[in-house]
Order: sequence, then C-alpha cells, then structure tokens
Amino acid sequence: MIAAPRAGSWVVAFSFLAAFLLGGLPLPGWLERFRPDWVAMVLIYWNMALPHRVGISTGWLVGLLLDVGRGALLGQHALALAAVAYLTCQMYRRIRAAPLWQQAFSILVFLLVEQILVFWISGVIGYPPRDWWYLAPAVGGMVCWPLVFVILRDARRYFQVS
Amino acid sequence: MAALTPSKRIQYLFTVNPTAILQLGFWVALSIIMMTVDHRYQYLDGLRDVLGTVVYPFQYLMRLPAETKGWLDQNLAGRGALLEENARLREKQIFLNAQLQKLTTLEAENRRLRSLLESTVNTPERLLIAELLAVDFDPYRHHILLNRGRQHHVYVGQPVLDQHGVIGQIIHTDPFSSTAILITDVSHALPIQINRTGVRTLALGTGNFQELKLLHVPNNADVKVGDLLVTSGLGGRFPHGYPVATVAKFEPGSPFANIIAKPVAQLDRIREVMLLEDAPPDEKPAPVAAPMAPMAPPPAHRP
Repeated sequence: MIAAPRAGSWVVAFSFLAAFLLGGLPLPGWLERFRPDWVAMVLIYWNMALPHRVGISTGWLVGLLLDVGRGALLGQHALALAAVAYLTCQMYRRIRAAPLWQQAFSILVFLLVEQILVFWISGVIGYPPRDWWYLAPAVGGMVCWPLVFVILRDARRYFQVS
Repeated sequence: MAALTPSKRIQYLFTVNPTAILQLGFWVALSIIMMTVDHRYQYLDGLRDVLGTVVYPFQYLMRLPAETKGWLDQNLAGRGALLEENARLREKQIFLNAQLQKLTTLEAENRRLRSLLESTVNTPERLLIAELLAVDFDPYRHHILLNRGRQHHVYVGQPVLDQHGVIGQIIHTDPFSSTAILITDVSHALPIQINRTGVRTLALGTGNFQELKLLHVPNNADVKVGDLLVTSGLGGRFPHGYPVATVAKFEPGSPFANIIAKPVAQLDRIREVMLLEDAPPDEKPAPVAAPMAPMAPPPAHRP
C-alpha cells in the first residue's frame, strides 16, 4: 500500500493549476457572483484525501501564490487558506464518512470562513464589502462540491495518488 | 511533507495531528507580518516580483480561451461581414480624418497663441497599447492587471486611457505586467474640471463602475446634468484635457451639492487600454515633481 511517498505529486500540482486557471474564466453575468473559489475546494479535497501530504503549510503556500496571481495583499489568501486547511485537517475524519450532499454543507462552512477572513482583511485595509454578495461564492462552491469531489477522486484513483 | 513511516501514517489515521494548531499559529503570524509589511512598506516588492514572474505564464494561459475566441472570430468571419466592416471602417476613417484636419490647424493655432503668451507648450504624448490580463477577484477593489511591465518602460503613476476616456493609473509594476487602479476605486481621487465652465474639483471613486462623486462643489456652481468632465492637469499625474465622465445627477445638499458623474470609459468591459507616456522614461523628472499627486503613497510610519 505504501508506494513511493511522493508518487503523484504532479497530479496534486496540476489540479491546483487547473483550479487557478478556472478561476479566471469569464462567466456570464449573474453566475459571476457565484463563482466558486476552485483553489480552496481543491485544497479541501486533497486535505481530506491525503492529510499526511497536503496540510496547513501547503494551504498557506498555495494561498501566497494566489495572492500574487490576484494582486491581493501578500498573505491575505495565504492566511485564509491556512485556516481552511486547519479546519479540514481537524474535521476530515467526520466529513469523509458523510454522504456527498452532507459533505457539501461542511464545505459551505469552510468556504464561508475563507470568504469572511479574506474580506475582513480587505475591510481592514480600507475596502469593506458593500453588500452581502461577497458570501455568494461559498454557496456556489457548495453546489459544485459533488462535481469537484467526483472528478478529483477519480483522478486520484486513476493515478493512484496516496 | 516528508516521507512517512507506516506507524506515523497510522497515527495520522487515528489521532488528531498534534502540531496542527502550532502550524496554524506560525502561518497566521507570518501572514499578518507579511500583510503589514506589504501594506505599509515596500520591502516585499522583490518577493512579489519573483513570485509574479513564476505566476505570469499561468495568468497568460488564463487568457487563452478569450484569445482563441477572438482568433476564431477573426478567421472564420464571412466575406460579406468583412466587406461590410471594411466599408464601415473606411467611412469612419474619412470622418475621423476630416476631424483631424481641423484639429491639426487648431493645434497649430494653439501653439502659436501659447508661444505668444510665452507659456509652456504641451509636449506631444506617446501611447503604448496594453491588454487586460485579469481583473482583481475582490469585487470591491477596482484594480486591473495589464500585460505590459517595466520591460516596456511602464512606470508607477502612468495614466491609463481607453478609446473613450481616462480609466486610471498604474500603481505597481512587475517586469512583465503591471497593476492599474481604476478611477472608480474607493481610494482613488482624480483632479478634474468641468469642460463647459472650468469649475475645478475632485472626482472620487465610489466602488461602483458607473459612478464618480464630485467633491466640494457649492450648490450655486454652474453645473448641469450632461456636462463633460475633463482632467484638469493639476497634481501632475494626468495631462490636461482628457475626458473623464459626464454629470449624471446634480442635487443641492448641505454644505455642498451632491453630484454623481458617469465615467465615459466603459470600466467594466475593458479589453485594451492605452498607457500615456508623456516623455521617454530616462528624461522624466523625478516623481517629486508631483506635490499634489492624487495617489500619493501614505507617509511611511517609521518607528
């Protein structure tokens, strides 16, 4: 069962890259507001599936690259994703056992925590959110979770990442 | 993480990771330090440059779908549509040329009059075309990422325009890309002038792509709905006379009138922008020459 410990790292890296690219894809008007944070969802998945390899540090590093890519304050997404990774690594045993649609609700909570942290920091530096729409991406993420989960699980099984 | 022995792996399966809270604390502390430093000082610009260069190819990749669509549109357009577009463009060209002729004489006359008055002559400006790489994902912050950087002599404070009017200015440059702040960002203020009457004021961003707020205009000022606002040239960042917005709403208030203006540039659907270069960068005077710069960085808080 225990093969080369780093087998399939590229699958993880590639899924993060795909999530980053997906985040920049143009969406039709009203969907834009619900655009899920794909990177956070991919992070949660790998965190649940491979808690011994993808952890808080990975979350922070991915968040830092996200900050640079999105021109945010250096550390803004890093902090939020580290927090999400922490929550996931504390809870993954319970979540993993739940059916997919129940998992989605836990994901909603994690994504809400992420959005609130990111926008709280934005508020501190003088860009407070003007309405409640900033929480919409978390809802979009909840709806898309089963899809993300199934795709990543199949990828993980196919490439035997463990 | 490093390779795990079987026993470690089993431990991970059945117990809570004992160092999780320590790890979280470490990374959160590091994030807070980095954010503070990034917000207040410039020490992290080097790190941002390095990481930015790493991320840049992927940002470019992100544009591929849109680019492919544009390419397909161009190459698969029907002959009829092309001919029609050609005719339309030719007509527009003639129209613009006619206007330009008038402008040339006006410019010459203007220069002659200015030399009579011995005032400074506006140097002709150069344009650099840039394309949009990405918009800020934070919907309340109006920053855009452009595909030109220091390699193309983009500098901080450079005015950004589109075909209709002023869009914003550059606030950060990377080697191959740069970030611009839009005039509608809540932290942006632009010195403007009402074209019809010459009343000077500031246009503040509101965080809404369709609205600018005019500051400190008295109730009895000569402002009408539909008036064109142009850059006043004060502050030294933007040259004089570029269209910015039109007055959309005027209502008396206390102590000053509440005036809302609508930007003439279509800020929410930018594809290509123009960077205005008033002089080659090596001849540019030091940025100290802009005492009333609209986006002057906050004074550094030194202990």
